Amino acid sequence: MNRATKHLLFAAATLLAVSAVAGDLKIGVAEALTGGAAQYGVPIRNGFQLAADEINAKGGINGNKLVLVVEDEQGKKEEAINVFKKLIFQDKVLMIFGPTLSNSMFAAGPVANAAKVVAFGTSNTANGISEMGPYIFRNSVMESDVLPVTVSTAVKHYKIKKVAVIYGNDDAFTKSGYDVFKKVLEDQKIPVTTTETYVKGDVDFKAQLTKIKATNPDAIICSGLAEEAATLMVQARGLGLKVPFIGGNGFNSPKLFEVSKTAGEGTFVGSPWANTNPTPANQHFVEAYRAKYGSEPNQFAAQAYDAMSIAAAALKTIKVTGNLANDREAVHGALPKVAISGATGPFKFRQSVGKDGKPAGYDADQKPFIYVIRDGKFVLFTGK
Amino acid sequence: MLEQQLVNALTLGSVYALFSLGFTLVFGVLEVINLSHGAMFMAGSFAAMTVVTRFKAPLAVGILAAMLVSGLLGLAIDALILKRLRARHAPHLIPMIATIGATTVLTSAAQGLFGVEVQRFPDELLSTREFIFGSVHVRALELAIVGIAFLLMTALFLVLRHTRQGRALRAIAESPKAAALLGINVEGLFLATSFTAAALGGVAGLLIGLNFNSVTPLMGQPILHKGIAVVILGGMGDIRGALFGGLFLGFAEVLSKAYLSSQMGDAVAFGLLFLILLVRPAGLFGRVLERKA
Repeated sequence: MNRATKHLLFAAATLLAVSAVAGDLKIGVAEALTGGAAQYGVPIRNGFQLAADEINAKGGINGNKLVLVVEDEQGKKEEAINVFKKLIFQDKVLMIFGPTLSNSMFAAGPVANAAKVVAFGTSNTANGISEMGPYIFRNSVMESDVLPVTVSTAVKHYKIKKVAVIYGNDDAFTKSGYDVFKKVLEDQKIPVTTTETYVKGDVDFKAQLTKIKATNPDAIICSGLAEEAATLMVQARGLGLKVPFIGGNGFNSPKLFEVSKTAGEGTFVGSPWANTNPTPANQHFVEAYRAKYGSEPNQFAAQAYDAMSIAAAALKTIKVTGNLANDREAVHGALPKVAISGATGPFKFRQSVGKDGKPAGYDADQKPFIYVIRDGKFVLFTGK
Repeated sequence: MLEQQLVNALTLGSVYALFSLGFTLVFGVLEVINLSHGAMFMAGSFAAMTVVTRFKAPLAVGILAAMLVSGLLGLAIDALILKRLRARHAPHLIPMIATIGATTVLTSAAQGLFGVEVQRFPDELLSTREFIFGSVHVRALELAIVGIAFLLMTALFLVLRHTRQGRALRAIAESPKAAALLGINVEGLFLATSFTAAALGGVAGLLIGLNFNSVTPLMGQPILHKGIAVVILGGMGDIRGALFGGLFLGFAEVLSKAYLSSQMGDAVAFGLLFLILLVRPAGLFGRVLERKA
């Protein structure tokens, strides 16, 4: 074999290798990997990676490998838009997972919707996300599905007559949680003694808590992120305010206990995921996550893990042609039909109705788990 | 409820004052708005946390580590950035922007080194002792913050008033050129000031990190904004101003949250700040600078 033939063969082999790679299924992942929202974004990215690695290890989807194009949207609206544009127009992904915060989804979602690319949020729980358009999906259970159950369970357990409310009013997620709480309290006819607010970055809540204490409520309803909620609990106990808390989705993080220790005893929280849920799918996820990342998974990782399984189930039913617009449309068509049973339990989509009255994007159709905090841990509430 | 709110205001005000001490010192001497002070605050917290968790050192060593690491970082920023800008007579805005850059580098480095998640001090370090006077609850740590804020302020004030170095610093604040002509080691004192201010920032970060038991790479940002307001209100560069400005902001914020609405806390605090500046444009303790020409 002379040198020229060798070169030719090598070139041919390279070409073959390249054409094999062309069968990859490129999925965009736009999550907050730095900045304040990274405490949610990083476990989410891990959840995607874990699921994709497992799927690829089993031979991929119809012989094609999942390839994740991971971008950091920093938890910022502007950055989320930039990253979405890069993933859609430059990386030419089939669909996008993310962004992390509802705020960012409100900004970047319309970009994907206009480009007819699926934007699949796994952690956006604010109201109105899926109303933005038919290409917006999420498997994160909305506050409006969880909170009525949380509130009525806690009210029954503690025989609550009146509550005080505190929330972060400069964040789409906590504000939307507050709106839902407000409606739930009206529906369940529970009087509110006072409504207090704070802004992101606040670490001193004693002024508001002192005021709450003076109104003598039976419980404190709080729509806030875990960090703030934990500090709130510690400061409430420090002021001699001993009533239980009732929390929104932001409480769902092991971070809550690192600060609050036992200050959060008796708190009621609803969650789409239970780490102690004994189903094989969940136990497998918890163990695989621990083995791969050396840390405990949280709800956000579980939802991301399930979201990747949902996408994989949809991709399995379509034939990838290589025509990007057609393939993206096929993904969009296949996703709503997916029903799986994953780490977060049985899952299917429910189509939402847009502001114009037409059918829009898709929300999660899933039942929440109710937890109570005992001995500094989330314990599945069983009625006692 | 009022007594408790007054105590709340005193502790919050002391937190602001503690942060603003170093911030205002740098401005007073170097005439630089050093926006990396928030990063010094963060670095102090992380330094202390590292020595107490990794090396199981006692808290006193943690305080020293906070002062040393933040101080050296402040020194490095001065030597690497501010000194060069001084040598080129860069206008005021340039060092301010440069310190924003330094902040970005330091917070990103902290995110890389320590991760993005909130870090905690070990339980045994945190004193949960609390004092109850009638209806008022105060934690020991909060009392310590109030005490240390007053103590450091007094110490700094006395040093500036009654020591040779203090007089030299005040001479520099008046006119660096004239001070140099008098044989004062201006560059040396600039470096010493940057070190001291950053070290004070580091201690503030440690105490506040302990108090709220939350240490993150971004912890310096929200308090930096309040710190700027405190320094402007107190009179740029005035040590007493930092204390009174901090307390003023604390009281305005807490009392408006308590008696108006919690939405109004910042609005009232900053509205009052605006009104005071209308009456006293140089702040509570500031002098209106005359043209130095």
